This record gives sequence, C-alpha cells and structure tokens, in this order.
Amino acid sequence: MADVTLKINGLPVTVPAGTTILDAANSVGIKIPTLCFLKDINAIGACRICVVEVKGARSLVASCVYPVANNMEVFTNTPAVRKSRKTTLELILSTHDKKCLSCVRNQNCELQTLCNEYGVEDVDRFAGTKPEYEIEDTNPYLVRDNNKCVLCRRCVAVCRHNQGVGVIGANERGFATNIGSAFGLDLKDVPCIACGQCIVHCPVGALHEKDDTQKVWDAIADPEKHVVIAPAPSVRATLGECFDMPIGTNVEGKMVAAMHRLGFDAVVDVDVAADFTIMEEGTEFIKRLGGEGPLPLITSCSPGWVKYCEHYFPEFIPNLSSAKSPQGMYGALMKSYYAEKMGVAPSKICVVSVMPCTAKKFERTREQNIVDGLEDIDISITTRELSRMIKLAGIDFTALPDEEFDPIFGGATGAAHIFGATGGVMEAALRTVVEILEKKTMESVDYHEVRGIEGIKEATYNVAGTEVKVAVVSGTANAGKLLTEIKEGKRNYHFIEVMACPGGCVNGGGQPLQSAYTRAHVDLKTLRAKALYSEDEACVYRKSHDNPIVKKVYEEYLGEPGSHKAHHLLHTTYVARGK
Amino acid sequence: MGKSTISKIPFKGTAEQEQKLREYIAANKDVQGSLMPIMQEAQEIYGYLPIEVQKIIADSLNIPLEEVYGVATFYAQFTLNPKGQYRIGVCLGTACYVKGSQNVFDKACSELGIGSGDVTDDGKFSLEATRCIGCCGLAPVMTVNDDVYGRLTADDVPKILEKYKNM
Repeated sequence: MADVTLKINGLPVTVPAGTTILDAANSVGIKIPTLCFLKDINAIGACRICVVEVKGARSLVASCVYPVANNMEVFTNTPAVRKSRKTTLELILSTHDKKCLSCVRNQNCELQTLCNEYGVEDVDRFAGTKPEYEIEDTNPYLVRDNNKCVLCRRCVAVCRHNQGVGVIGANERGFATNIGSAFGLDLKDVPCIACGQCIVHCPVGALHEKDDTQKVWDAIADPEKHVVIAPAPSVRATLGECFDMPIGTNVEGKMVAAMHRLGFDAVVDVDVAADFTIMEEGTEFIKRLGGEGPLPLITSCSPGWVKYCEHYFPEFIPNLSSAKSPQGMYGALMKSYYAEKMGVAPSKICVVSVMPCTAKKFERTREQNIVDGLEDIDISITTRELSRMIKLAGIDFTALPDEEFDPIFGGATGAAHIFGATGGVMEAALRTVVEILEKKTMESVDYHEVRGIEGIKEATYNVAGTEVKVAVVSGTANAGKLLTEIKEGKRNYHFIEVMACPGGCVNGGGQPLQSAYTRAHVDLKTLRAKALYSEDEACVYRKSHDNPIVKKVYEEYLGEPGSHKAHHLLHTTYVARGK
Repeated sequence: MGKSTISKIPFKGTAEQEQKLREYIAANKDVQGSLMPIMQEAQEIYGYLPIEVQKIIADSLNIPLEEVYGVATFYAQFTLNPKGQYRIGVCLGTACYVKGSQNVFDKACSELGIGSGDVTDDGKFSLEATRCIGCCGLAPVMTVNDDVYGRLTADDVPKILEKYKNM
C-alpha cells in the first residue's frame, strides 16, 4: 500500500495508507491514552479517551479508528484535547463504583491511572443517578461487578473474536446498557468456557477471578491438614511480573522459596505431573495410531478448551485424550502415591495448585475428577492469587534465595517445562512418542515447526515409516475453525494440541495483568514462552520418559503407562454440555 | 445481573410457526444485515421473542444467542414477553402526564408487580406506557384492551384491575 506523510505534533511521520492516527503516533514514540482500544481485537472508538485534534476537522476525532491522510496535521496534546479527555473521565466516573481502596485492581487499573495522569480531582463532578447491579459470583471461577464496568467492550470482543465464544455482550441501551449474557443468565448457565481472557483484558475491576486465597490460608492454619502446593509450568515464567520484574523472567527458585515461607507442608511441581501426562497421553496416541480408538487424538490439558469442546463440538469428545491434565494427575498422585510414601491419610491431604488459568478452578469441580471419593484438587489458585498471598505474608520476593522443590515430586524434564506455551505439549509428546516408535534415542529433541505463537501451526513427521500429521492450535476461535475444516474434510491430522488461550498458558486468564498499551507494544506471549524454552534447553533430562521420578513411580506404584491403576488414577471422561 | 429476563409464560409455539420462521431464515440468512428482518419476522409470527425463538435464530445464523439478545434489548420494537389476556396501556403523553398519569402508571406497576413491556406470571395482564391516544379531554387515561378509563387517580387503579382479575 502507498505511504502517507503527515505531521503529528509538528513531527513529520510516514506510514502506510490505512494506518490509524493512534498507530502512526505510536510509531514515532508519541503515546495517546486509550481505554476501550485493544490492538487487533477491539477498535470501536467508543470511549473517546484517545481523541486528538486534526487541523480543519469540525471536532476532535477518535485516533484509534481515524485513518491518516496525506498532509494531515494532528495534535495529540492541546488544551482542548486534555480538557475533553478529562471531562470524559469525569463522566465515566459518574457511574463508576469508586471503591478503589478495596478494589482488586487498585494500583493496577487503567481508569485509575488515567484519572491520575489527567489530574481528575473531583470524582463526583457529575454526581447523579447510578445504575446498581448485583454482583455475579455464582460460577466457581469468575466474579463480575458491573458497578465498576466502564462499557469498553474489551471483554466482549476478546470472548467473541479470540475465543469464538461470545457469551457476553452489551444488553439494553443508553443509560441501562450493561455487559452480560443473554436473558440475564449467569455465566454458569451459558456456554462460557471459563478461560478468563475477559479478566486479563478488563481495564478495571469489573471482572476478576474468584479469590480462593482465604481457603488456602485456612488450610495452612489447620493443624489437621497436610497442605501440598505445586505450580503449573507457566507460573514460574510470569509470577515475577507481579513484583515488577521484567517480563519473561523465570523465577522458579524464588517462587519455591516463597511457597516454603508461606507455610506449606510440601512444595512440589506440577511439571512432574506433566511428564506423567506425556507418558499416558503418548501411550494413548501410540495405541490409537495402531488402530485402537479414533484419530485425531486431541490433547486435553487445557480445561478451557475441554469445556469449549464439550459445549460447541461434542462430536469430537471421543477424540479428546482421556489422560487427565497435569493438574488432575498431580492431585491424584498426591492423594495416592505421595500419601502412601509419606504415611499420611489421603483425606488429610489438602492439594493446592497454582495455575495460569481460571478454567482450572472449573476443572477442579468436575465430578469426573473424583477418585475414590476424593477430589483431585482441593483448591486451585491463579498466579495473581499466589502473588497476593506472597505480598500479604510480607515476603520480599525479589530478595529471596533460589530454593528447590521437594525431591519426592520435584525435578521435571524440559519437556514438561514447555507445556506452558502453545506447541509445548505437542513437542513434549513427540519427544517421547517418536523414541518409543523408533525404538532408539533420537539425536535432536527440538521440534521447531510446532513452536511460535501463530494461532494454527501444522507439521508432518516421518515416525518409524509412518507420516504423522500434527496440528497445534491456540485460542478457541482457531480451534473452532480447525475442527470445522476437519468436519468438512478439508484437513486431517493424527494428533492435535489445543490450548484455549492465544499463545497458550503463558497468556492464560489467571496470569498477571498487563495494560492494553503493554499488550500492544510488548510481545508478551513470546517473551514469557522464551523463559520456558530456555529452562528446557538447560535441563539434563528433556524427555518425559527419562524423568527418574516418572520411572520410579511407574516401577514402584503404577505399573506401566496405560495400566489399570494408571487408568483409575490418571484418566478421566468428558460430557456433552450443549450450547 | 442475576435477574433473568426469560418469560415466565410457558412457550406455546407451534410446529407451523417454527416452520414458517425457518423458511424465512433459510431464504434470508445469507443476506448481509439479515438479523433485524429475521427478528422482525419472528416477532410477527410469535408476537414476541422468547428464548426459544431467539435460540432458533442464533443457531440458524450460527451466531451467539447473546448477539440476538443484545439486538432484541437494544431496540424498543422488540419484546421478550407475550401480550397478556388484558393489555393495559397508561398514557404518558403530555396532557395525561401533566394531569398525573405517572402516578397512575406507577400504581399499575406496583399492583401488578411488573414494569412497562412486561406481563404477569399468569399471563393475564401486560402493561405498556403509551404515547398520546387521542382523548386528552379525559386525561389521565388508562386503557384495558378496548375499554377506556379517564380522569383517574392512582387510587382508582386497584378497583379497575379487580374487575378483570375476576373475569
């Protein structure tokens, strides 16, 4: 496309035709504030925060949707612009529940930051009637407080376009406009997949995870309980962000140290369970490849994806791997193998998981994940909740020494570490499946074709004489697209990895919050994933079947992958849920 | 939030009505911007847009139910409730309004436990705030189906309703 030259604040700028004023300004380091804008997801010019002056225009224009033109003169910081933005903020505040002190987003709120920058002093300048909404908290993973909603529609856009779900939208009109589900139904009664992408894209405190930290504190304080905690692969790649560490810092050692200081009886690693997932899922894949069971086999680690499949593509339920997610395997092994080894009654063990994910809170409640009358997981908290516990406990996180997981269930392979990024589960599975089928140790364990943050990736590998076609998908909208094309006969695969959140768990709905500006200008998914791939490369063991703990537990306890006992503990079932 | 807007009146749609709607959708679904005309046709067929009907529309167009519902609640022309056996209208036009029809309307709301555009759970009464109905000399005015009641005060409302409750 042809280039366009314009002036922004007197600075000459050349950008391709069709570029918005906002992007043009950003390209030369001029920041224009936004609220409803989400790069590539939501550009609707609704909130009027990003207004700028264009010479000759009748009024201020919304820079997020206004395309540049040759010889245009734009001013982003004039008295009229500043006054307009401030008035808009004051108007937004007129219906905003301003309980900032008790708000989960205090000091991490895009509206609060803007009000601060624009010097909003009188938060009640336009005091008047306020709509009042009941707080929705009837599902196990998310709380909606529409009294704090600013109607930016970022959650609506991400739910519909990234996730292909669309269970929330703007209802009613004018002053009564509110974000919610059809017919005022709660999220538990509509086909919501619990992914939490709405939460990480909300600029304010209208959406947040259901906070389960009090349950954890109660468990720790209960002398009758043996409380075990373990983090998911991606948590170590993101937790540092909550303590102002650079994005992409691997804080595994400090995280373990913090968990020890919080008072848990044992600190182990879900990554070890991820190695078990590979053993079970890999065995299942080899069986299906040999004709036992339907192909493609589709991974089932991501509970948002599993719920999506159950609601929207129930015909693919037989394709889902029956292997539990790492969270599920971790819980089941704690209440069986670990309990036996430690001589603790399984009923006294409280299993806590730290997940990048709100859907894990839902997965925890699945009745299919109860073994011998005990739930696999007792409490599932997000990365954000763990950070709150660490702060509340007065732990100076950045000053902590590096400590190690308890050896009984700590020490995972590189294959498990990369579970947290899109393509990671597929690569981990290939590392094991290929060696089993080829009956030899492979020279390279790197499967570069399935790495990277593209929404849909595919590759073909010759494994022991068979062309194995694989696909890797992240973001359930992409999953829906892929499954539709499989149904239409346009694509076919042997093995598919799906993660509900774009980029995988590193970008999960339970991960640290980053502003829309950061999301637009920093490649969060790649940076966070890099922390995991670096850890993988540094590992002595990079294949799940080489993990000494895995070998030991199968030898001493489970028998072999796919055994009767392994099935009893480590496999699950799914249920069609309807749209 | 938490307040369901699903009509409490049982859905009584017939197979013929559904077939008519599906035929209309089939003929129009590929036309850009067909959602509104389809919803208008559906309301023409059923008289209102209950969840059962909105689900047919959403599934046929392969769009989320919420998208249909968002449109249905944005435009005043769409209603989520069927009309009652007795359709009550309270005029909030200028003349009636200055004569106190808001009080009459509020009384009707509290007596019936419903708001404008709603219908009672038993399907007997529906309520509408109307514009001028052309008999300002009788202001404030309330209508029940074709019966007109004029020069009302809020206190008159219960007596009038009582008459129809027992009919």
